[in-house]
Formats: sequence, structure tokens, C-alpha cells
Amino acid sequence: MAIVVDRSNRWRILAAHVAVIALIALVMFPFLMILSISLRPGNFASGSLIPPEISFEHWRLALGMSYQAPNGALVEPDFPVLLWLWNSIKVATMSASVTVLLSTTCAYAFARMQFRFKSQTLSALMLLQMFPAVLALVAIYAIFDVLGSYVPWLGIDHHGSLVLAYTGGIALHIWTIKGYYQTIPIEIEEAAKVDGATQWQAFVYVLLPMTVPILMVVFLLSFIGAIIEYPIASVLLHEQNNLTLAVGSKLFLYEQKYLWGDFAAAAILSGLPITAVFLLAQKWMISGLTAGGVKG
Amino acid sequence: MRKFIGPTVLTISMALGLYLLFMLYISGQTMLAAVFLGLLTLTTFVFTSPRAYAYRYLFPGITAVIVFVLLPMVYTVSIGFTNFSSRNLLTYERATQYLLDETQRVESTGYALTVHPDNKEYRLRLESPDTGEVLLTEPLALKRAVSLNVEVAPLDPVQAPVLAPALPIKDIIALQKDLKLLTLILPNRIELRMVGLREFGPVAHVYKQLPDKTLKKVATGELVTPNFKTGFYEMPDGTKLEPGFKVNVGFANFVKIFSDEAFRGPFLRIFVWTIVFALISVATTTGLGMALAVLLNWDALRFRGLYRTLLFLPYAVPGFISILVFKGLFNNNFGEINLVLDALFGIKPAWFSDTTLAKAMILIVNTWLGYPYMMVVCMGLIKAIPADLYEASALAGAGPLTNFFKITLPLIIKPLTPLMVASLGFNFNNFVLISLLTGGRPDFLDTTLPAGTTDLLVSYTYRIAFEDSGQNFGLAAAISTLIFFLVAAISLVNMRLTRMNKA
Repeated sequence: MAIVVDRSNRWRILAAHVAVIALIALVMFPFLMILSISLRPGNFASGSLIPPEISFEHWRLALGMSYQAPNGALVEPDFPVLLWLWNSIKVATMSASVTVLLSTTCAYAFARMQFRFKSQTLSALMLLQMFPAVLALVAIYAIFDVLGSYVPWLGIDHHGSLVLAYTGGIALHIWTIKGYYQTIPIEIEEAAKVDGATQWQAFVYVLLPMTVPILMVVFLLSFIGAIIEYPIASVLLHEQNNLTLAVGSKLFLYEQKYLWGDFAAAAILSGLPITAVFLLAQKWMISGLTAGGVKG
Repeated sequence: MRKFIGPTVLTISMALGLYLLFMLYISGQTMLAAVFLGLLTLTTFVFTSPRAYAYRYLFPGITAVIVFVLLPMVYTVSIGFTNFSSRNLLTYERATQYLLDETQRVESTGYALTVHPDNKEYRLRLESPDTGEVLLTEPLALKRAVSLNVEVAPLDPVQAPVLAPALPIKDIIALQKDLKLLTLILPNRIELRMVGLREFGPVAHVYKQLPDKTLKKVATGELVTPNFKTGFYEMPDGTKLEPGFKVNVGFANFVKIFSDEAFRGPFLRIFVWTIVFALISVATTTGLGMALAVLLNWDALRFRGLYRTLLFLPYAVPGFISILVFKGLFNNNFGEINLVLDALFGIKPAWFSDTTLAKAMILIVNTWLGYPYMMVVCMGLIKAIPADLYEASALAGAGPLTNFFKITLPLIIKPLTPLMVASLGFNFNNFVLISLLTGGRPDFLDTTLPAGTTDLLVSYTYRIAFEDSGQNFGLAAAISTLIFFLVAAISLVNMRLTRMNKA
């Protein structure tokens, strides 16, 4: 680009590089520290940031294996990290599937059909989305308490309740998918109908295959949303083996029982795959981000 | 073949629904059964009538939103007007039943208990040490842990069946839970209950219900009346009987928030901190994010892609992990941050016990968590600014600062405002950060209910409802209701701003 270049520009560029690199160092500090801590023997600071000797004891514990301590005692894992990760993935997969199922059909009706109160329903959905679930925790707890006395697997301390509770958050996804449907010309479906397809067939066999990318995005978004969700899970799940990662990780860092090294290994083990999924999905997500979603 | 699938699925679901409805009705939940019947009828109508065709697509999703988002909100508001808490947990009917079920051992000798296995079931044999009278129950499963009343009659010694050897005490301990729920009724209506590991004894109910809703204490003849203002059964001298029951208390919770001196003080302080926290968080994240966005949009800068990816990382890591990582790094005694500060400057700030430092730590962590979002958003907005504006300003001899304040900022601030308001609303309710980082601590020292100096309104509500001994759901729901209004106000402002942008 033919911008007029100032003479002091080189110094500015250098200063900018220094500033950005310094900031990156600060930002990356926690990541590097946590890696070093996970490889350091013992659960307390040993006085150096780079471990003088590398020990895999925390990693063994995070992977659910026991190890022999220097004094000869057998150290068993305190917490079932892999089980928690599995719980998280299970709940997130189920709730993301339900979310995609519910929001695609809703979005289809909003994008392609005429019915009464359409615009009002859409605005109401958007408005409801702005109230965080954390404000209604007492009610959510009470509702699932009652539900559980009739259908045990939908009660407190069951993953079914968590999946159901998460399905409420579909409003934003309905908007996203509806926007995508509207970019696809309706003539294609109309052609299918001329050939004798019902509306349902036109939706499932014609429109849906063309919208697979947005469905993937919505699936990933709600998957990550469910994995990182903390308030509802902390209220609905109690038993140690039922916890999701978000609730369980907290148990490592109690004042009375401070398992800093074990936490570090568990955090990397569980955080890495989630971060990878997020980074993979983020190039599609940027458009969704500017639509007003703030991640917690 | 295809066209039968839909109707079949519908029929099966209807049958299942009817079964559930039947179960609900039988278990005495008439109200719930009525609501369920309404829902079932609506479902059938939507999925069979051609007139409701569009609603077939909407029905499942909208139902989920109504049941799991709208209903909890409405329910929260309604709980705010009750005294629902761990002391007033039950409904009036359940609390009454609880008191009526309460029994007391009568002063008379009991029966020695032996338990005899009978195939997979058990028979209880009771023998009175005084009279030598023997009672034997029918075989009982003792498996379901539910209250059970069993008639039992004295045994004619002649017809006594041969019993298997009695169970050892450790097996009785294993069965104890079920045995305790068992009431044996003698022909003369005396009730026997387990009073010791080897003994069943006659018990009498403590309370008897009178026709006018009051209870009579059988032993003393005192009348116990339910007080629907406080939600307790009360003795004549005013003593409250546990458990209490849930009653409507009107605006009592709200009055408490605003006029109770012991409560208003901490509530106001927490409210002020919540607003300060949200404002500063938006300011720091937007400031840092915008500065970085401007830098990273500078064509002369190399490695921009790499920088951008690295600076974006904090956003990609799950929040609950990075917050807990910071909790460990900031630890007063063995945190790595204090290790570095100690080595460099010889100081060890008490991040978790000093109020000001704790607040500073929260803001630092929240800036780290939040700036990448603002950075990405700003980068997108800056990209949309036509380049010839900058070329013109360069020709006019303007420096980078002038460029920023005269061109960049005025052009991106308008589309950015709704996002900043949304971020304000998000931080206003940033429960996860506070709950995982400090848990609201350090606490105020001068309050009756525990309240933290770093608590936001939401985390304070959570503590009232789920953590501190009182479990005062009613009060927590009342505060939630107030926050609903604040959130609604923020949302309205936001919608107005968005609409202004579009216009």
C-alpha cells in the first residue's frame, strides 16, 4: 500500500514488537507455569520456576494410575479425572445433539413458514436468552428435585437432568441457523415440492444437507458451552463420581488439601482437547461472536 | 411403509404419556396430573391437526425454552415471596404428616426381636420377656426402604412353623434401615416399632389431629396451632416446632433487603462493588483489546498472524481451568506469582486475605480472560474502515495518535457500544469467576449473614441459597428477582443501541 512512510517508523515498529512480545510473555506465563508445575515433584512450590528434575507422578495420578512415593508408600489418585472428563463429554455430546435437533426444526419454521406471533416469539426468545441461568438456580434445583421423585434419571445427581437443563439455551442457535437458512434460495425447496415432496421431505432431504456446516458450528458451540458450564452443574451434581470436569476441578484447590501439582496435570490433560476443539471451530465462530455471545 | 412411521411413533408416545399421567394421578398429584394432561392434549393437537402444521416444528424447542428457561424464572420470582428455606422446606401437608408420624416410646417393656430368613424373605419373631407371648410376622421382603404397616397376631404355640436359625447381629444391622421403617400393629391397635437393635417396643403418636387443623400433644394435652405467617406449628407459649412449612410471606424478603439494618449494609456494599467491577472490567478489556487490535492491524508489523493466535489463546482455554490456574498461581504462600515477586522485589502480597488486593487480583484475571474477545471484535471492525481515510490523513501529516482518535475510534465506537453493554451485563453476573477464584472471600467481619468483600450480587445470592447454614432460598430468590430487573434494564438499553446502529 502506498502510504507515506515517516522516518521514525522503524523505531515505532521495534517498540510495537517489544510491547507485543512483552504482553505475550505475560499472557503465556500461566500456561508455561502450569506445564512446569505438572512436571515438578510434590504439590508445593519448590523455589524454582523451572523444575530441576522432571517427575511424571502428577500425570500418572491424572491418568488414574498409582505411583510409589520416595518413602515407599503407594499414592493413589485422589480424584477420578478421566471419569470427570468422560462425564463432561457425555453430557456435552447429548446436550449438543438435542440442541441441534430442536434448534434446526424451530429455525426452519421461523425461516420458511408463516404463523401468528412469529416476530413476537423470535424477540421473546432473544430477550429470554439474556437472563443467565445462574439467577434461577434455586428454581432449577427445586424443579429437578420434584422431577426426580417421579423419573429418577431426571433428578438431582443424574446427568439426564443436566442435559435437559442445557436444552433451554437454544434461542441464540435458532437465530444463527435461521439466518443461514435465509441465505439459501427457497426456489430449491419449491422445486422439490413441485416434484411431489411434502414440506417435511423438502426440509429433511433438500434443505438440511445444504446446511451441514452451520449445524456443525452450532453443535460445537453448544458442546463447548456445556463443557465449560459451571453454575447449573454445581447445583445439580453432588456425588464425586457424577461430577463434570468444571465442577470437579475445583476440588483440587482446597486450603486444607492443596493438590497444586495434581491439578496442573489434570488441567492440561482436560484443557488441551477442549482448547483444540475451540481453536478448530473458531474460524467459523467469529461471525457468531460478533452476534453478541460472550463466553464465560 | 414410510407413512406409518409417524403415526406409530405418535401413538406410542401418547400411550407412554397416558401411562405417566395415570401414575401421577394415582400418586395423588392431581394438580401436576392436570397440567400434564393439558400438555398432552396440546401435543396431540399440534401433531395431528393440519392447521397447526407450522407449530409441529416449533413445539419441541419452544417447550424446552418455556420449561427450562421461562418456568425457572417465574418460579424464582414466586419463591421470592415465600419463606422457602432449609427450615421451611416442606409443604404444609407434608409438615403436618411429619408431626403426626412422630412417635414416642411408651413406658412399658418391649419385645425381644429375632429375625429369621425365610427363602429370600424374612420373618420377625417377637417375644415378650414378661408374659412369654410370641408374635410372628408373615415373610417380609425388607428391600424397598419405604414405611410399612404390618398387622401381626400372637402366635398359637401349637401351629408355630419351623423357623430357620436367627440372623446374627451384623445382618440385623444391615437390615436396620428397613426395620426402622416398619410398624407392627397388634390386634388391640397398639403399634410396635424398632426401639433397639434387638428390641421392638410399643410406641404412641406424639400428636393427634383435631378437626380444626390444630394438633393436640397427647402426653400433655397442649394445643399446637399452625401459624401461617411464620410457617411453623407453634406451642401455646410460642415455641416453634420443626419442621416448618412453606408459606407466602408477601414482601417480607424485599423489606428485609431494603430496611433490615444488618442486611442493607452488606447488600449495598456488594451492589456497589458489582457495578464497579463490571465497569472496570469492560474498560480494561476493551482498552487492551482495542489497543492490540490497532497494533495488529498495522501492515508494517510482521508476524501479525502468530501474535494474533498467541494473544487469542486465553479465550480458547476453558474459563474454569484458567480461573483455577490463576487461583493457584496467586496463592499467598506457595503461588508462583508471589515467588517471582519475592525474588524480584522481596514482597509477598496477600492476594486472598487483603480486600483491595483480592479485588485487584480479580480485575487482573478478568482482564486476562476478557481482552481477546474485544480484540477480535475490534479487529473485525477496524478492517471495515476504508484505507483511503488513513492515506488522506498521512498526506495531511497526521501521526498515529491523531489517526486513532480522529478516525479509528469514532468509526468503531458506535458498533462496539452494544457489545460493551452486553459485556457489562455479562460481567455484572460473572458468577463463575468469583465463585472459582475467591468464593467471595475475604468476608466482611461486621455482618450477621456471611457476606464477602469480593462477592458479586449473584455469588452472594448463591451463598445465601446453597452454602451458608441457613439455605434461605426465599431471600436468595428475592435478590435474584431484583437482579432480573437490572438485567432487563441492561438488555433494553442494548436493544435500543442495536436498533440505533441499524437505523
